[in-house]
Amino acid sequence: MIYSIVQFSFIVATALFVFALHWMKDPKTARKGVFSGVAAMTIAIISTLIDPAIVNWEWIAVAIAFGFIVGIPLSKVPLTAVPQRTALSHAFGGLAAGLVGTAKFYLWLDEGPENLTVFIMVAIIAEIILGYLTFTGSLMAAGKLQEIKWIPQRPVTYKGQNFINLGLLAVAVVFGILLIINPVEYGYLFPAIIFLAVLFGVLLIIPIGGADMPTVISLLNSYAGLSAVAMGFVLDNKLLVTAGALDGSSGLILSIIMCKAMNRSFTNVLFGAFGQVQAAKAGVEQRTAKQETPEGAAQILEQASKVVIVPGYGMAVAQAQYRIRELYDLLSKLGIDVKFAIHPVAGRMPGHMNVLLAEAKIPYEQLIEMDDINSDMPQVDVVIVVGANDVVNPAARSDKSSPIFGMPIINADKAKMCFAIKRSMNPGFAGIENELYYADHTFMLFGDAKAVIGELVKHLSVVVAEK
Amino acid sequence: MFSKTKILLLTTIIFLSVQSGILAQDETSASSTDFYSMLFVFMLATFIGIGVISRVSRLLHTPLMSITNAISAIAVVGSLILTGHDYPDYITILGAVALFASMTNIVSGFLITDRMLKMFQSRQGRALTDKTKSGKGESKKS
Repeated sequence: MIYSIVQFSFIVATALFVFALHWMKDPKTARKGVFSGVAAMTIAIISTLIDPAIVNWEWIAVAIAFGFIVGIPLSKVPLTAVPQRTALSHAFGGLAAGLVGTAKFYLWLDEGPENLTVFIMVAIIAEIILGYLTFTGSLMAAGKLQEIKWIPQRPVTYKGQNFINLGLLAVAVVFGILLIINPVEYGYLFPAIIFLAVLFGVLLIIPIGGADMPTVISLLNSYAGLSAVAMGFVLDNKLLVTAGALDGSSGLILSIIMCKAMNRSFTNVLFGAFGQVQAAKAGVEQRTAKQETPEGAAQILEQASKVVIVPGYGMAVAQAQYRIRELYDLLSKLGIDVKFAIHPVAGRMPGHMNVLLAEAKIPYEQLIEMDDINSDMPQVDVVIVVGANDVVNPAARSDKSSPIFGMPIINADKAKMCFAIKRSMNPGFAGIENELYYADHTFMLFGDAKAVIGELVKHLSVVVAEK
Repeated sequence: MFSKTKILLLTTIIFLSVQSGILAQDETSASSTDFYSMLFVFMLATFIGIGVISRVSRLLHTPLMSITNAISAIAVVGSLILTGHDYPDYITILGAVALFASMTNIVSGFLITDRMLKMFQSRQGRALTDKTKSGKGESKKS
């Protein structure tokens, strides 16, 4: 009887999870998706708890209480810290999967080694390798994003790095196969696999730079999902398999989108150590870019009829999104059409820019995908680039020797005029010179994005007040 | 939509055939759990996931990631089973830590998703909230 109730509620929960993701297709219905997800999770937890074999209520209560104590503050982080929080929660997901796999293995090893069939062992090995590598890999990613001092921000590479990484993974797989063949005899190899997975997670993230974080976070998302799937196989639980598969496919699709948006492959992101090679090449040729004052820029802006703003990670760093909203309001009041061009990899995680601009209350109809806005670019009077660099670099279209050649970009150079807001002429994170800054119709506005846009707003509000 | 979906399809099929190859040698022990139906569920759920998620608005990719985060914390079910049953102490402790980790993900994942989604306002929506704010101000004056 209880078995039927549990299985039936699991089916309902699965359906609700699918609906939760389905409703994410549109910002209008998306909040329904959250309620659906919460309902599904509640059903899943309650139907697990009605099992009469559940006796350790104190332990459950304490763990859940701590979950709330840590979870609630984690949900209140500023939106610029969302990439770190996401990476951190992937780490928690991986840890949970790894621990459950470990516990299950030792439980069966002690109480019934006959349960450790080939299939179960394959699933347990997959669960702990994925789980622990996601755990340390995500912790490293979160550390890099949070810019913790002792974790190097720049990609760290050394000779034979890929060889060592793949070698470690191969050793773990060999140990895994031995364990699958005879879990009892080779039981002592189990902690070794855990250690290798933990180490592999760290080594995998060390060579990855900030510009590649969106792909890596998506990939870790996928791993966290897959480790839940493996847990489902271990525990013979279909709800775990379905929910994990939904998460796994989500991470996979996001990684594919991110890779496409950079014209790179998975292997290239994971083993390529982007942004290291080019740094030495920069600065061969000294050219000067034209400069403009905020006052002059404001005068040009008020004459425009179509303006496009291209935000990048620099906007997030400078916290300039609220100033941009003021700019957007003023320009709209002057009857100017203002749109935002969003590159899929702008920022440190998928959709990062959209969330920051939405936080500043910019209507989401104005946030336009790269592919949809590029054809309109020649009609645009002024493009304002705020803290974006590689995603507007025309070298991606023309310069075959450039490491970003072939990457789809926002065609800011095709607009009639371009203002680029930048602290200095230093090349960006990837260390690649940007042709856009030297183009005839490009003018630099040097300074902190927030301050420069503040100046623009000041000058424009005078104009608006006069009208 | 994606050419790489085909690659995924291929890898899934390869994965499944490898798994079933392993299982073919293990027929006897496969009786306790119906692994084949599990693999079916996994495959179908992956395709449903791909179908549903490729339709998600690109505006919402950050909230999407945080909600799938919360959903994958379904590992809570496994952790509850381990923590709750009358197992040796070290199992209970491992389970409790896993339960804490998944619970943290559930709580923070759903809360932050909702918080972010509330911020996405359409032009109409924003006009409405601005109006109600200024409306309140005016009513106080009168």
